[in-house]
Amino acid sequence: MAAAGRRIVAAFVTLFDLLSVSASTVRLAIPLILAALGGLFSERAGVVALGLEGLMLAGAFAAGSIAAVTGSAWAGLAAAMLVAIAVALVHGYAAIAQLGDQIVSGIALNILIAGLTPVLGLAWFGEGAGTPALPPGARFMPVILPGADRLGPVWRLLVSGHNLLVYVTAALLPVLVWLLYSTRFGLRLRAVGENPHAVDAAGLSVARLRYSGLVLCGALSGMAGAYLAIAEGAGFTPDMSAGRGYLALAALIFGKWRVLPACGACLLFAFTDALQVRLQGVVLPVVGIVPVQFVEALPYLLTLLLLAGFVGTARAPRALGQPFVKTR
Amino acid sequence: MTGRALPPFLDYAVIPLLNLLAALIVSGLILAAIGVPPGTALASMAEGAFGSADGIGYTLYYATNFIFAGLAVALPARAGLFNIGGEGQAMIGGLLVALVCLGLPGWPWWAALPLAAAAALFGGAAWALIPALLQVRRGSHIVITTILFNFLASKFSTWMLVDVVRAPGDPSPETAGFDPSLALPAAAGSPVNLSLLLALAAAFLAWLLVHRTVWGYELRAAGQSPEAAHYAAIPAGTLAVVAICLGGACAGMIGVNEAMGVEHRLVLGFTAGAGFVGVAVALMGRNHAFGIVLAAILFGALYQGGAELSFDYPQATRDIVVVMDGLVILFCGALEQLWRRPVAALWLRS
Repeated sequence: MAAAGRRIVAAFVTLFDLLSVSASTVRLAIPLILAALGGLFSERAGVVALGLEGLMLAGAFAAGSIAAVTGSAWAGLAAAMLVAIAVALVHGYAAIAQLGDQIVSGIALNILIAGLTPVLGLAWFGEGAGTPALPPGARFMPVILPGADRLGPVWRLLVSGHNLLVYVTAALLPVLVWLLYSTRFGLRLRAVGENPHAVDAAGLSVARLRYSGLVLCGALSGMAGAYLAIAEGAGFTPDMSAGRGYLALAALIFGKWRVLPACGACLLFAFTDALQVRLQGVVLPVVGIVPVQFVEALPYLLTLLLLAGFVGTARAPRALGQPFVKTR
Repeated sequence: MTGRALPPFLDYAVIPLLNLLAALIVSGLILAAIGVPPGTALASMAEGAFGSADGIGYTLYYATNFIFAGLAVALPARAGLFNIGGEGQAMIGGLLVALVCLGLPGWPWWAALPLAAAAALFGGAAWALIPALLQVRRGSHIVITTILFNFLASKFSTWMLVDVVRAPGDPSPETAGFDPSLALPAAAGSPVNLSLLLALAAAFLAWLLVHRTVWGYELRAAGQSPEAAHYAAIPAGTLAVVAICLGGACAGMIGVNEAMGVEHRLVLGFTAGAGFVGVAVALMGRNHAFGIVLAAILFGALYQGGAELSFDYPQATRDIVVVMDGLVILFCGALEQLWRRPVAALWLRS
């Protein structure tokens, strides 16, 4: 009787653990999902999205700064999206108008923004190199959904209690799927990443479509940055994207440039991150203590295996990274 | 635009200088925006970088890393491949240097150096080998795989330095200090050391290899025209793998400069972004060994001058140098065509 009781208690503890790990997986996955979807719209249009890291960081800085100055989380979000769109358009100018190397452009912007954000942060706010700590009113705070106390632990711990941007992202997903796969714009965008000459021959502007892909990329990655700075965090800190842009790019590749598989990859990567926090110092049977870094390395290893063709194949959009020169 | 080639002085001097100028102008605007007068800032940076023996020493110490990092990008670039894994390759090279040095207490530096250098070259090359093979054999894009390998190297080094080789009782993630007898000869008052000569030798060897050997000829042929190289039965795949590994080996040598030359221990994060500066250096140096040495000295001066600048103007932190680094890559790399077209138009009209 007592043993059975203990077993039931143990089962409850693991259910609670499972729910809390799942909830933190969702929280950690949202910025990855937003950035990966941004990258998806850029890469499906044929423009390499190596600059996701910089776009996120620029968005985070803009969100932190504007939310601190105006006291409004919404103004912060709008600023994050606008600034990231502007940076994405610089990438677009280099890639589309100047026929420049898109990889070089992405790296340049990542480095530029990693340096520029702390410089501006110090110059504008003078508190270290970040932006001032935000009061709750200037952030997207956790939302308690109705019924949190009645509908059971899954609803209370997993569905309810996230910040607004989590629900916005969830609502955006079907819209983005529809936009990419069911609209004329989506078809054209995908075509321009596969065969821009055909799109051009059909009388459409390749440049215009690619720029629109980049605007979407900027808007979504800017939102990812805002999530870090004014939803999860309470202000911008230098390098707060911490490689998440690259991780989102890896997830995009892992999801084979498709919306839902890419989101799945983000959830998987976020799960390893949540697990890593949970496993710290825990002694597992057989293997003992797993070093944190090994769990952290998993997303990169998985993506590598996929790229090597050992786990399915990843085929990039055919015209990815190639500047478009009109044939005459 | 693809029609007539421009004369070399435009291609190798005027256009790179215009690109650099554009990067400097935007940097100046940013400096002005944060309340630092750009003219004074430039003077202060030049004074910091070249105004004293110690300043020059620091400039050359940074340049040592950047020569290695630039070669790491430039050698694979000759085969048409973009190695941005210099950062990770340097971490693994440094790790092996540290293991060798910790295993040789009491050895004189000149006896240990060949072993440590071999370890650095091997570590960097080995870390580059898998992305190279994946690129050539399985078509995995080297840019993505080297980025992934940078992250893997960073996680691996963190684990090694936190859990495995950290000195007992040391709160920070670093190895124990090496035996003082292992320290490379260095200048007094600044960290520039014998590694600078190794870097210059590496640049010279790279130039010999690329421009004066059959191997280098084939490498350039394969990079410039894969079809022609294929027709001439040049083994482009093998060449590419070797070029990437040689690049990785150069990056590994950053570990010799940092661990054996300066810190006399291995500190976590010793690469400090040098691998990415290598991208800027290779772009500015047009993948040419001599260009890389000049660009590395310029970037060394920027880093040292930037340190000086932050003494004079506290709001201009070291991050301002990172900004300049990014701008140089943007203008000399991605926006390279910005000036080429107007210059070409002017030239063809005259």
